Amino acid sequence: MKHPKGAAIALALTTSLFLAACGGDEGEGDSSGSDTIRVTLANHVWTDTIKEAIPQFEEETGLTVEITQLGEDQLSDQYNVKLNAGSEDLDVMMYRPLQEGKLFATNGWMADLTERVESNADWDWSDFQEGPKSATTHEDTVVGVPIITEREVLYYRKDLLEKSGYDAPPQTLDELKEMALKIKQDNPGTAGFVARTARTAAVTQFSSYLFSYGGDFEVDGQAAVGSDEAIAAYDMYSSLIREAGPENVSTDMGWPDSMAIFQQGQAAFLTEADSLYRNATDPEKSKVAENVGFAPFPEGPAGRRSYNIPSWALGINEGSQNKDNAWKFIEWATSQEQALALQQAGNPSARNSVWENAESTKNDPADLVEASKGSAENGVGHDRPLVTRVAEAREIVGQPIVDGITGKDVAESAQTAQEAFQQFLDSE
Amino acid sequence: MSTATATPRTVPHTTRPQSSVSRWANHNRKWVLAAPAMIFTAAMILFPLGWTLYLSLTNAKGSVRAEKEFIGFDNYASVFADTARFWPAVGRTLFFTGGTLVAQLVLGMVIALLLRKNFRGQGFVRIAVLMPLVATPVAVGMMWRLIFEPNIGIVNYLLVRMGIPAQPWLAGENTALPTTMIIDIWQWTPMVALILLAGLTSIPEEMDEAASIDGASAWQRFWHVTLPILWPSVVVATLLRGIDALKTFDILYATKGRGGGSFNEVETLNVYAYGLSFDYNNYGIASAVLILFFGLILLALFLLVRGNKVK
Repeated sequence: MKHPKGAAIALALTTSLFLAACGGDEGEGDSSGSDTIRVTLANHVWTDTIKEAIPQFEEETGLTVEITQLGEDQLSDQYNVKLNAGSEDLDVMMYRPLQEGKLFATNGWMADLTERVESNADWDWSDFQEGPKSATTHEDTVVGVPIITEREVLYYRKDLLEKSGYDAPPQTLDELKEMALKIKQDNPGTAGFVARTARTAAVTQFSSYLFSYGGDFEVDGQAAVGSDEAIAAYDMYSSLIREAGPENVSTDMGWPDSMAIFQQGQAAFLTEADSLYRNATDPEKSKVAENVGFAPFPEGPAGRRSYNIPSWALGINEGSQNKDNAWKFIEWATSQEQALALQQAGNPSARNSVWENAESTKNDPADLVEASKGSAENGVGHDRPLVTRVAEAREIVGQPIVDGITGKDVAESAQTAQEAFQQFLDSE
Repeated sequence: MSTATATPRTVPHTTRPQSSVSRWANHNRKWVLAAPAMIFTAAMILFPLGWTLYLSLTNAKGSVRAEKEFIGFDNYASVFADTARFWPAVGRTLFFTGGTLVAQLVLGMVIALLLRKNFRGQGFVRIAVLMPLVATPVAVGMMWRLIFEPNIGIVNYLLVRMGIPAQPWLAGENTALPTTMIIDIWQWTPMVALILLAGLTSIPEEMDEAASIDGASAWQRFWHVTLPILWPSVVVATLLRGIDALKTFDILYATKGRGGGSFNEVETLNVYAYGLSFDYNNYGIASAVLILFFGLILLALFLLVRGNKVK
């Protein structure tokens, strides 16, 4: 090093030039009041439907909508990276209020929409159902507008039930198990029952079993997954899959995997969210479209207690420089008119007026409408632990499910989960 | 430029006195010219490393922009005490790397030796063997997921046809990791073969012939003639593949998803660190794991290079 001082000054000089150049780039990318709204959406029937209507929005407003569409996991990762970095290049975000809502809002990543939702009487915030509204409200601040609601229903194969001598779907979980076992026996190679099996993915669909047995994940801040009710529910869910499910069942199945088994005609029953029904009844996706029937979630010892939750909502990134236009998009996408059109395309709305309109369900199978109604009565407003770090909590409370599926001792596993979950709740 | 450099003698410093900045820049031009590249390198390597190191010493959680406290080495202490996730992940990482590396070196060597000889259709076979190399790992993962599907996958179908009971493959708690290793071996053996083949082609055939005339068996010729000359290529292949295998993420994520499956059965250090930051938003602990992981890679590199020198 002959000129250490010279080197240092040269470095400093070039650094400032380099940073100045970067700054310039940022300025160009700045979208303050830009005519382009950057909208990030999940892979969902809702997204497919709204995309067809967006050109109409662009024409009416003169704005341009730029869509990024991702799978659920990738969407979460994208938000985590960008919002952590304080990125401005997200305007409208489709997010899961019960999964990420609390974390994002606590971190200050969601824009306050309270004034906006209350300022437009025509758009009418009071038309939205109370449960979904409370899920998109964080400490009295509205941070999102719910777009899709869902309940758990029973999907079943009419032809297989008939073949085994049943003329109606099961009313109770015990009947479900009995029928599933008989159908599996009657049809070698076909499973009687299928549902999600992956540790975290299964938690939401397991929740209705838990509630119907009279349990919950936590009661007043105390973990409750080790209770007798919870153990019975864990046992029912996992034994249905272990005994009546497909052979060599994997413990990695999310909804696309279990739905695929049902679509392929390899299972008689499936318990899943009603908002996904199109996957089973669309002949392009499902081999058994003709024979799919729907029934309300079966009753457990504590009655019929399905979850009834807002699965997706739209919010605005706090870092966005284009909040006014972003709100215009949300206002349009969640208007009565769009909500009705979306529900007719198979996306259960969060608006009361849409549900009251008989037109909204005219395209849906009549038994699905009844099933959704049945599951909504006595519905529970959550389908996973209501905590900030939901992903971690789901791993803990989901463990007894996969332990049960693989034939381990459910009661012991539930006890371990109970301790781990209590520790987790204490650290929240 | 050429005119400017050709004429300075005729246009001396008389026209305009050189400013102090340009005189200084001229004097230090090697630094001025190299600075952008140096800064770029520093920014791209040192900054992320420094930032991760910093985060690993804090209790960053939820959001990296949130307030965080400096907690010294607490994260490292809790990571070292974590026998439920961290140590099993270390074990799986080493098992995965060791297993795939040995298999790839052996198979790669066999393929390279076979491809070295001239035969009909050589071009076609060479291309066919290299095919897995150009496929995207995530697509490869999805493809093998279907192939190994326990109920409708082709592998179990063939096994059952041959009278062997169906295996759980990726779906089994104990079979998942070895199955992902098979996929990794399938995908990356061609790269090892390619490196070794390049090394082999530089060995003159006369040496092999001479040994053959002296009565050396095929194995002796390989062990005492070919392998010692090929050794630098073997080291290169081991280094490249070893470090890559330690860092494997895409195949594991594409086949088993987050957390390495419901029992964390394929959770290596990389997958664990990913879960800590993206699922748990626990950036402090995640950074500590990453720093330790980085140390592990450096250690592996050091041992490999040193081992080579001793040879």
